[in-house]
Amino acid sequence: MKKAAMLMGALMLGGALGQAKGELEIFSWWAGDEGPALEALVKAYSAKYPGVEVKNATVTGGSGVNARAVLKTRMLGGDPPDSFQVHAGQELTGTWVAANRMDNLAALYKSEGWNSKFPKGVLDLISTKAGTWVVPVNVHRSNVMWFNPAKLKEWGVTAPKTWSEFLSTCTTLKAKGLEAPLALGENWTQHHLWESVALGVLGPTDYGRLWTRSLKMNDAKVVRVWDTFGKVLDCSNKDASGLSWQQAIDRVMGGQSAFNIMGDWAAGYMATTLKLEPGKGFGWAASPGTNGSFMLLADAFGLPKGVKNKTTVNNWLRLVGCKEGQDIFNPLKGSISARLDSDLSKYNTYSQSAARDFRTNKIVGSLVHGAVAKEAFMSQFATVMEIYLGGRSAKSASSAAEAIATQVSLGQ
Amino acid sequence: MAQIIQRSRTPRPRANFNQDRLWAMLVILPTVVFLGIFVYGFIGQTFYTSLTDWGKDSAQALALDPIKRFIGFENYRELFTGFIDVRFRQDLVNTFWFTLFFILGCLGLGLFMAMLLDQSPRGESFFRTLFLFPMSLSFIVTGTIWRWLLQPQGGLNQLPTAVGLPQGQFGWLTSRESIWNFNWQDLPFFTGLAVALVLAYITWNAVQAGMRSRAIIAGVSSAILLVWAIYFGRGATWIYPFPEMHGFNFAFIGIIMAAVWQLSGYTMALYLAGLRSVPEELREAARVDGATEGQIYRRVILPLLAPITLSAIIILGHISLKIFDLIFAMAGADNATTDVPALLMYLTTFRANQFSKGAAIASVLLVLVALIIVPYLSNQLRREKR
Repeated sequence: MKKAAMLMGALMLGGALGQAKGELEIFSWWAGDEGPALEALVKAYSAKYPGVEVKNATVTGGSGVNARAVLKTRMLGGDPPDSFQVHAGQELTGTWVAANRMDNLAALYKSEGWNSKFPKGVLDLISTKAGTWVVPVNVHRSNVMWFNPAKLKEWGVTAPKTWSEFLSTCTTLKAKGLEAPLALGENWTQHHLWESVALGVLGPTDYGRLWTRSLKMNDAKVVRVWDTFGKVLDCSNKDASGLSWQQAIDRVMGGQSAFNIMGDWAAGYMATTLKLEPGKGFGWAASPGTNGSFMLLADAFGLPKGVKNKTTVNNWLRLVGCKEGQDIFNPLKGSISARLDSDLSKYNTYSQSAARDFRTNKIVGSLVHGAVAKEAFMSQFATVMEIYLGGRSAKSASSAAEAIATQVSLGQ
Repeated sequence: MAQIIQRSRTPRPRANFNQDRLWAMLVILPTVVFLGIFVYGFIGQTFYTSLTDWGKDSAQALALDPIKRFIGFENYRELFTGFIDVRFRQDLVNTFWFTLFFILGCLGLGLFMAMLLDQSPRGESFFRTLFLFPMSLSFIVTGTIWRWLLQPQGGLNQLPTAVGLPQGQFGWLTSRESIWNFNWQDLPFFTGLAVALVLAYITWNAVQAGMRSRAIIAGVSSAILLVWAIYFGRGATWIYPFPEMHGFNFAFIGIIMAAVWQLSGYTMALYLAGLRSVPEELREAARVDGATEGQIYRRVILPLLAPITLSAIIILGHISLKIFDLIFAMAGADNATTDVPALLMYLTTFRANQFSKGAAIASVLLVLVALIIVPYLSNQLRREKR
């Protein structure tokens, strides 16, 4: 007993020492291409608060597939990182806020005056009735169609404006010997394509109603989404599930395919890694039927309950949310600022056009990237996709989606 | 362990409870305690979790002190009969085929290599090391290498171009095709058929050995089971309400190749040891009797290798049931055509936050592995006692 008490004492002392030194552990999945953006932000933090030692805890894996599992084991084990990256939307509110694991940041928003600096569409994603929970650091657009302008000219086609126009363009291109006019990659990029098709077929209002459950997943309108999706899939390459999203982009740039639907991190890949000039080397348009809508996903940082030193974390959040911090981070990351007042001159041509759309378009949230549906639905959507790909039956896919939505009580 | 249990069972006078035994118990106590907590305790906790609703309510899934309600075998019912858990059932079928071909491949290739090396060719030790070497790699390394080899545009598909043939088109890991599709509702039929065949085999053996009562019992049960399987086992709506097709996915061929590549060296080593332990006298005696080399292998050596085959099947079988890392590295966790229950468990638990359902999948896996391991262990223990 005595020994146990001494051990506890030693542990508490250790904790106290850690606090005195001032440590800040930032948990994210930003490594590789995205690493420098985070490092720049950390550097800015260290310059402002030199006494604090920043620990960069990164778990690699696109879209946080591995990081989220590690985060959950840490949180369940009672060892929360000081601040962790999370997708704004249901991935935050449906998982962490619902479990009462986050501190309310409403006071911080008030003191920094952020409630008027972020657009309402973003604030809706990160707030519940009880409060505001994270600070968004960036915004990506999901519904973008990429192409190679020179190649399109060669084939004599233009970027289609609707999905039916897309399908006729697809037929034209197939007649010209292009086997797979649409480039597609591994599983999640197929889900990514689905959400663009859904937004294009349903329009922003009905698309939004899907997630509040006022439009049933097995409604005739949604069955039509699956039908269209199937026809679009017929335009794509057969080796899709073996390709990363970068390889799918490579197909388009190499002229083996004409179009690719991907989030606008693809712009960063094409501009930085492939060294193509935005607008000349690669072109873009809103994915068919979604002009005027901005399907967003946003990364954000919050303050988990039970962290040792709230002040250092709050300082971090202040930096993440301020105009300077966002304009340091986003040009390097290839995303745009979540704020309405960022300095557009610091961004490249693509990002400027995205930022203009962000300020004027109707904002909707992405399914695949955690904005609109809780993780239980998001993860099991893969099963729905399997059911569809297995039998190509729009009816059974949509009734499976409806069954899962009911089972996980989506939208509550 | 076994010896100690054995000794404690032999009757001894009480006075024999001496210092020696006390020491022995003290020494073994920490192991027992740690095993009890960290193996059996956690198995018990996982099983209990699988009987709760932890994760069904997202507000409770990751709460600091989640409320878990006891719901009995509901999770298991959903896994086997729920409309949306179709993936789990396909995964079980996948595991079955994977295990079958993986074990057959390893045994066949391992035996073949061992027989080659048994001829004591020149550079035998070099080849032995060469064949055994893949086993020293981790599944992650194997998986990554084979992932590259099996890329649609690369590796194996490029091989034909070396001799002027057109490039291969097979989607090793990406194929969506499958064969041997069967209706999940026919599962009782196939199970009944398999058991009936085993019983028929027992009957045949009993008839040969002249054991009449045994032959009658086994024969009659086999016939009853067969009739039941044919009349009630097909299209069984009590198993599952809708017809649901499952089969062998072609995408698994690549995974099986990689797994066989990695572990056939191991079965080779087992078989080689077995071959070397067959006394030369036996072979010579067979030769004197006029047996050809082929007959010596078939009639003398292979029967002697049966115990080795059994241990190899046990070891390979439990590896294949638990396989996770190889597929994770080769095809990723999301590729449903190459999915297995262990991967689904990970996705269900850590992506979908359905902790209790993940625990249920884990428990099903444990039962499957136990079905292989426990008879083997009890057999070993019995043999040691003798």
